[in-house]
Amino acid sequence: MNESEFVLVLASIFLQASPLMIAVAGEALTERAGVVNLSLDGSMLMSAMTGFVVAYTTDNIWLGFLAAALVGAFFALIVAFGSIYLKQSQVAIGFVLTLLGDDLSAFLGQNFVRLPGPSFSKFTIPLLSEIPILGPIFFDQNVIFYFAVILALVTYWWLFRTQPGLHLRASGERPDAAFARGVNVNRVRYLYTVLGGALVGIAGASYSLAIKIGWSDGHTRGFGWIALAIVIFGGWSPIRGAVGAVLFGATKAMATYLQRAFPEVSVVAFNSIPWILMIAVLLVVGSDFTERFTAILPKPLQGPVRQLLRVAPPMALGNTFGEDP
Amino acid sequence: MRVELNEIRKYFGPVKANDGITITFEEGNIYGLLGENGAGKSTLMKILSGFQPFDSGELLLNGSDATFTSPREALAAGIGMLYQEPLDLPPFTILDNYLLGRDNKVIPDRQAAIQELIELTQRYNFDVDIKAHIDSLSVGERQQLELVRLLAGGAEVLILDEPTTGISAEQKDLLFASMRKLAKEENKTLILVSHKLSEVQELCDHAFVLRKGQMVGETDVPCPNEKLVEMMFGQLPERSPRPSVSLEDTMLSIKEMAIRTYRLSVEGLQLDVRSGEVIGLAGLEGSGQGLFLKACAGLLRPAKGSIQLADKDITNHSYHATLAEGVGYLAAGRLEEGLVAGLTLTEHMILGALERKFMIDWESSREETSKRIEHYQVIGTEASTADQLSGGNQQRLLFSLLNTPLRLILMEQPTRGLDVRSADYIWEQLYERRKDGTAIIFISPDLDEILDRSDRIAVFYGGQMLKVVEASETNVDELGHLIGGEL
Ligand SMILES: Nc1ncnc2c1ncn2[C@@H]1O[C@H](COP(=O)(O)OP(=O)(O)O)[C@@H](O)[C@H]1O
Ligand SMILES: [Mg+2]
Repeated sequence: MNESEFVLVLASIFLQASPLMIAVAGEALTERAGVVNLSLDGSMLMSAMTGFVVAYTTDNIWLGFLAAALVGAFFALIVAFGSIYLKQSQVAIGFVLTLLGDDLSAFLGQNFVRLPGPSFSKFTIPLLSEIPILGPIFFDQNVIFYFAVILALVTYWWLFRTQPGLHLRASGERPDAAFARGVNVNRVRYLYTVLGGALVGIAGASYSLAIKIGWSDGHTRGFGWIALAIVIFGGWSPIRGAVGAVLFGATKAMATYLQRAFPEVSVVAFNSIPWILMIAVLLVVGSDFTERFTAILPKPLQGPVRQLLRVAPPMALGNTFGEDP
Repeated sequence: MRVELNEIRKYFGPVKANDGITITFEEGNIYGLLGENGAGKSTLMKILSGFQPFDSGELLLNGSDATFTSPREALAAGIGMLYQEPLDLPPFTILDNYLLGRDNKVIPDRQAAIQELIELTQRYNFDVDIKAHIDSLSVGERQQLELVRLLAGGAEVLILDEPTTGISAEQKDLLFASMRKLAKEENKTLILVSHKLSEVQELCDHAFVLRKGQMVGETDVPCPNEKLVEMMFGQLPERSPRPSVSLEDTMLSIKEMAIRTYRLSVEGLQLDVRSGEVIGLAGLEGSGQGLFLKACAGLLRPAKGSIQLADKDITNHSYHATLAEGVGYLAAGRLEEGLVAGLTLTEHMILGALERKFMIDWESSREETSKRIEHYQVIGTEASTADQLSGGNQQRLLFSLLNTPLRLILMEQPTRGLDVRSADYIWEQLYERRKDGTAIIFISPDLDEILDRSDRIAVFYGGQMLKVVEASETNVDELGHLIGGEL
């Protein structure tokens, strides 16, 4: 591989990772508030389909994204309403919605399969794109990439630096303590479940309108589950999640490369590499290895490193909260 | 601020938790609210602090009517409550925990909050590292932070619900000092909820006593202990004397044991326990006594040394193998380590049985459970789940789950959160077991309990078993110095 090929591969890894970064940011917000929206795979399919169909028929890509966000938000609203108001299992609702989204998208989108449609294109940032190597990778990218990066940064900032972010995290960690401090826990949960769902919808549409342009049956199948896994892998942080999405893309690219190098080995074997790596990392980070590892570091480094490696799910994730304790 | 509660009633189904309670708290005073477990103390205080609505009654602040729909409203009106379990956010940093609900701008002013925190912690002599996470703090430190938060939020009335459960003696002194300062120098109203007479005697100006949801008496304190006890229980319970048992052969023998974890190493442990003997382990939290107990139970593998039970070497036995040798272990965290929240009492009994059958004999299990429920006076039925029981009853349930006969019982804080009478009852049951030759080793932060209940006391300090003393030849004062490392 020569240098320009390498740059192209890297640029494509970042582009491919963008929708995952968006979905991960959305789901991280939702789960940090204490709700698991397990319907991601189905709602991404639905929004990818809706986004494409709306953009195709109106010839307006923005309307496509808007419609996709609404579809994602609607799926999430069902999860929120079912778990908060009806006090049903979030997992069960999410699962059923996943199956529904898969079949419904195939049915509703059947007349729009494999049509050429409108799409987002590259946006070259002047000056910055001139920088050797980094320029073509980061600053000569599809608009969706810029959006994903900014989104990851903004959601991180929102979560960890603002008062609404505190309310959000407190609702997911210890709702009774949040309630005692004046947080309207269930309102917070509704809000971020729906907002997270809208972002998942945008992620879905960014496949059909920017990355894998068009629509076909099962167009984004699997990516919802991958996003859910990366949320955990990324410790419920949008930035770590974004890094996780890129690493995931990189291992996939590596798998493709290895496949070409060793054509005699079955394709399936290489496809499983990203998953095995993911499990390995989770095992290492989740064990008390981190404690031992940080204990041998110099004192001033211990705090930040422990913070960086912390992977604890929000304590009240998946629990319902009733106001009269 | 003057607080008046008039005829407050709160029923939970058939349970009259508060049955027409009338109390007035004046400012500048420290009040004790006494009563045995289940008397209704926490319920009354949760009503006052806006955590629970009341069924009927009247709440007056400085003479004017008030009702709260949330703790936040109560705090805004000047009433703050420190809950039995600090109501904070363990994964948060101290700063984030403090900021939540405090500075309501979208982007909170972190610098100002840090200043505020430092200033307040210094004013009350609290010592915490602001960069730390809440889950790395002890319960005592978390309480201090909650107090600081309530004070910053404008609390004029501070309620502390059993604040000394689970904190060290040092932290207790610090807490009491700051409470005195708040009442006497800053003219706040303080309410200490407790079932420990000594604390109320030490700290309070005036005590109210609740029994079965009603106010049954009040008195200025200090006063003779008997007076308070009589109000709390109706009649004077006698602390059951420790029956003398002839100590037989060595039951447990620990030789040259060392336990090493990355937090603390405990070296040179040496102890012989005879059958029928009660050994109390004294020491500040984290001095090594907990690790020692866990190693005896097979929950930790010692790095060195040997453990001999009767004539069998059980040094590297797993927890389950150790239990099978006739050892019982009771952890301090009831619902975390000892009980399974959603399982019924019968199911607990079945889980704990040594004999594992594939099919469950429900009929006889239920019989056995109801026998144990009666014997240990657990208030609940075979079909109630563990989390439905009150704290004291959960503790009794844990005891009822211990199998008979046992060679050795290991306990962490066996009477935590129990009033005098329930604690006494538990110990009577334990004394019974000594007659069969069962040896007992227990940890307690309460030096009085250790002194009264043990034959010998092993004092831990900084990862060492500092000294083993005869309980009859020492006193609280000497123990207090020993656990501080002064030989
Ligand atoms: N949320 C609740 N639901 C049902 N019963 C309750 C609840 N809270 C308290 N109780 C019952 O009310 C009584 C008084 O409890 P509590 O006020 O906690 O007593 P104390 O704090 O004095 O030990 C107990 O019998 C307890 O089981
Ligand atoms: Mg209580």
